[in-house]
Amino acid sequence: MSTEKHWLVRPETIKLLWRVFIAVLALTVAAELVVHLHPHFGFDGWFGFHAWYGFLTCAAMIVFAKGLGLLIKRPDTYYGEDR
Amino acid sequence: MILHPALILVLGALVLPWLPRAARQAAVIGLPLATLWAVWQVPDGAAWQLHFLDYTLTPLAGDRLTRLFATIFSLMAAVGGLFALKQESRLEVPAAMFYAGSAIGVAFAGDLITVFIFWELMAIGSTLVIWSAGNRTAYTASMRYMAIHLLGGVVLMAGIAGHVAATGSVAFVPMAPESWAQWLILAGVLINAGAPPLSAWLPDAYPEASWSGTVFLSAFTTKTAVYVLLRGFPGTELLIWVGMFMIFYGIVYALLENDMRRILAYSIVNQVGFMVVGIGIGTEMALNGAAAHAFAHIIYKALLLMSAGAVLYRTGRRKCTDLGGLFQSMPVTAVCGIVGALAISSFPWTSGFVSKSMISQAAGDQHLTFVWLGLAAASAGVFLHAGIKFPWFVFFQKDSGLRPADPPASMQAAMLVFAALCIGLGLFPAPLYALLPFAVDYEPYSGAHVVTQLQLLLFSGLAFFVMLESLKRTLTISLDFDWFYRVFARRLSEILTPLFTGLIAALERSAGALANRGGDVLRRHHGPLGALARTWPTGSMALWVTIMLLAWLVLYYLF
Repeated sequence: MSTEKHWLVRPETIKLLWRVFIAVLALTVAAELVVHLHPHFGFDGWFGFHAWYGFLTCAAMIVFAKGLGLLIKRPDTYYGEDR
Repeated sequence: MILHPALILVLGALVLPWLPRAARQAAVIGLPLATLWAVWQVPDGAAWQLHFLDYTLTPLAGDRLTRLFATIFSLMAAVGGLFALKQESRLEVPAAMFYAGSAIGVAFAGDLITVFIFWELMAIGSTLVIWSAGNRTAYTASMRYMAIHLLGGVVLMAGIAGHVAATGSVAFVPMAPESWAQWLILAGVLINAGAPPLSAWLPDAYPEASWSGTVFLSAFTTKTAVYVLLRGFPGTELLIWVGMFMIFYGIVYALLENDMRRILAYSIVNQVGFMVVGIGIGTEMALNGAAAHAFAHIIYKALLLMSAGAVLYRTGRRKCTDLGGLFQSMPVTAVCGIVGALAISSFPWTSGFVSKSMISQAAGDQHLTFVWLGLAAASAGVFLHAGIKFPWFVFFQKDSGLRPADPPASMQAAMLVFAALCIGLGLFPAPLYALLPFAVDYEPYSGAHVVTQLQLLLFSGLAFFVMLESLKRTLTISLDFDWFYRVFARRLSEILTPLFTGLIAALERSAGALANRGGDVLRRHHGPLGALARTWPTGSMALWVTIMLLAWLVLYYLF
């Protein structure tokens, strides 16, 4: 087996992937200028609503899970080996 | 007379273990396909009726909803059977077929007693599937699993008995939970759906089955519960909030989890939560959405668990901390896993997109602002906990150094069939929409819908990679409700046992003392020297009788 890393996990590929990802993110928001949205509630028509709502709620869920983890996380041998 | 589709699998499963290998393999795929054919021979309305005690049972009745669920159950059994062809256990796959057949039996049940009978058969079949993994962990998990399901069954039976006693009818018709009996039926069904507070049975037990067993388990129990809720309790508002809880419970626990199949097990609760919300909203759009989502979910969840099962089959490992970088040597498994992950996340052009969006649409149509906002956040959260997390930690992440090959051809074929269905249903939703219980007036692919969904999901992906450090896997589990019956109950018994033993001993001592004292008293009065045991002369007896007769005479004379 060659010691060279698979092309997909080389640092330069990852850098490129990040650039493409950010470009795609920008495109999905920019698409709002072209596509006619039909907001149902009003607030869902704010510019880029789904983008920042998706980001913020996910960040909130991660933070909440992390906090809850402090309370309920245990080593995975907690119930014994044969549980 | 029409053939009962469920009996093909249930009775077939009893013969399966005794067949030679080749015949067994053919039957494992052939029986579910025969069942699928039989499902479509059942006409609308009651097809079988029989008398039992004072009741008229309808073990076979067809309609659109029944056919939708029976179709996907049979399809699941067939493709699951294909995936499990390499399974060495002679028990697991027959048990899975028995289990699938019982689920189909529930779908065709026209009365509550038949529902209950097949419900319990499902519990037996599924327990055997977990049990047949053949190790101590699986055995103890299967016993806990069975205890919860027998409890659920008792609650359901009590509800059905109360309902039949009150209404005099065993018919399985829509109910509003008003009487206590109907509340019990609802509670019994919700236990099987993975609803709080007992949700922990699901992530506790399912991941302990074998590499193929978990695939079967993911499909039937919770979705049969969804079916019963769809038919029995549409529009029950409580279900919206129960479903919401399940959705976020699934996300948060999956985010904390390290075992790849437990991540997917938590996400079953999450996905069933979407269906339960839809049933709670209760409009035709919402019920169609819940039914369509159940159909799509069975396929992509099985696909995800097949890809996890393939990894387990090849590596014997299940923890994210032990895995990573597998895409290099398992490309087919990785691609199929990613397709399943995209479908569960409702990515446009996959099956999840055309089904889940109907539930959100229904919430919008009913102006349920907070429900809609919750569903939108949850859609983003699904991408987070299952859509990216599962493929990322298993197939990419770090290089674990493992270079397992893709699994045998039969397993690859099963994954490819379901991956094709995930994309096929996403691109051409019309055939699925045609199967739904109500006429569909909905077009998922509007420009606005595609753009907003892509925003929601891709920015969720951004949050994942930006906060990757917080999501790093650790060698931990998260405590859940099962802690109460695995640890708390044991500790309680450890405290209470000496307490009760002491109490009983003290009671015994005082009872003994009391008995002794009683014996002494008896002995004093009636013993050989007791006052009451003395002998009396006959003369004094005659004297006393004379005195009493005289007294009677005097009293008689005076009054």
